[in-house]
Amino acid sequence: MDFFNNIDWSMLIKAFVVGGLICVIGQILIDKTKLTPARILVIFVTSGAILGGLGIYQKLINFAGAGASVPLTGFGNLLAKGAIEKVKSDGLIGAFTGGISAASAGITAAIVFGYIASLISKPKIKKQ
Amino acid sequence: MQKLGKQTIKFDNPITITETCSIVGPKEGEGPLSKYFDKYVEDEFWEEKTWEKAESKFIKETVNSCITKSGIPSNTIDYCFAGDLLNQCISSSFGLRELAIPFYGIFGACSTFVEGMQLASVFIDGNAANHALCAASSHFCSAEKQFRFPLELGNQRPPSAQWTVTGSGAALLSKNGKGPFITTITTGKIVDMGIKDANSMGAAMAPAALDTLITHFKDTGRNPSYYDAILTGDLGHIGKEILTELAETKGYNIKNNYNDCGVLIFDKNEQDVHSGGSGCGCCATVFSGYVFNMLKQKKYKKILLIATGALTNSTTSQQGESIPGIAHAVSIEV
Repeated sequence: MDFFNNIDWSMLIKAFVVGGLICVIGQILIDKTKLTPARILVIFVTSGAILGGLGIYQKLINFAGAGASVPLTGFGNLLAKGAIEKVKSDGLIGAFTGGISAASAGITAAIVFGYIASLISKPKIKKQ
Repeated sequence: MQKLGKQTIKFDNPITITETCSIVGPKEGEGPLSKYFDKYVEDEFWEEKTWEKAESKFIKETVNSCITKSGIPSNTIDYCFAGDLLNQCISSSFGLRELAIPFYGIFGACSTFVEGMQLASVFIDGNAANHALCAASSHFCSAEKQFRFPLELGNQRPPSAQWTVTGSGAALLSKNGKGPFITTITTGKIVDMGIKDANSMGAAMAPAALDTLITHFKDTGRNPSYYDAILTGDLGHIGKEILTELAETKGYNIKNNYNDCGVLIFDKNEQDVHSGGSGCGCCATVFSGYVFNMLKQKKYKKILLIATGALTNSTTSQQGESIPGIAHAVSIEV
């Protein structure tokens, strides 16, 4: 019961709204521009990295938690944050190692779970 | 046969469409034309391991069933013209490798079915054949993989995108018979208006359809009201609107008797297919199923079928090239 008692309900709502708004931006780009989904993904990662590098994205994460860190912009932010921290501790080489180190858990999880999903499922036409 | 104008051939002895057959996938089977298809398959894999194998099975079963229905022995069929959308037309050549009928693999993108009908008609009227088969197929899953993104990516489709029809249509054309008759054919020119969006094929193909439509009327001296129905292959909702408007600016009113196979095959409100159907199988199954039925029942007596094709591949669209379109027309009368 402790788990339920400790849930921050206002944080849940903020995460839902902010995460949803980030997805709305993606949907508008799909509907209103000729950008391919692959390009939209890249735009999200790079804008997350730029906002992260400028220190703006961390404020959004502080406000909305997983609503800001789970979408792709959060991945971009993590790359920038990791690179900056490693540069501070290890020097210039950290610009090359820091980003991927910081994002390693997410990248490895994506590969492992993607691989498992490909073993146990078969792509199909979406049912309505 | 005689040449009319620059692009049309009129047959002195009109070619009979003896029999047709169409087999479609699950989504088409739920659509408004369901009852007109010979068969629909619930599983898009059709018990095969890959979509490519499934698509080959569609064209194989459709062609075999067309031959069986016609009652004409397959060894008396002189030629088979078939094509599809996959690289090097493998659905047709793999699906029909056991057919043992002289085979022409053809590619006209989604205009392939009518391209085949045109070639078969000329072969027949030129006394090179008594019976010739035409077939085409497409499969949503294999086409998405080839032209856009693999389904595994779970990609979002934009509203202008069309839904590739899963299915195959086949028609057996004969020298002698009681109709419906192919009376004229109009071969299209390649038209490229510079549209680059691989998710907006209807807009890319509409100018080609317009060119063939107007050329057909000029060559034959006919006008839109000559036909009970004018049907384009797979312009979809967006392309249909564009063609209607373009035709009007050129002085041809097709509002009353014009429709599109890609619009007919799916229910826009009930089925989430965005701008309608597309693919070689779209025109092929709608003609072989619904339209042929209407002709047989004499609900349509004169139709103009204009199959449209986007002559693109995934490499050219990734390199930012525009999409050349083509449209081939056949007039069919009972």
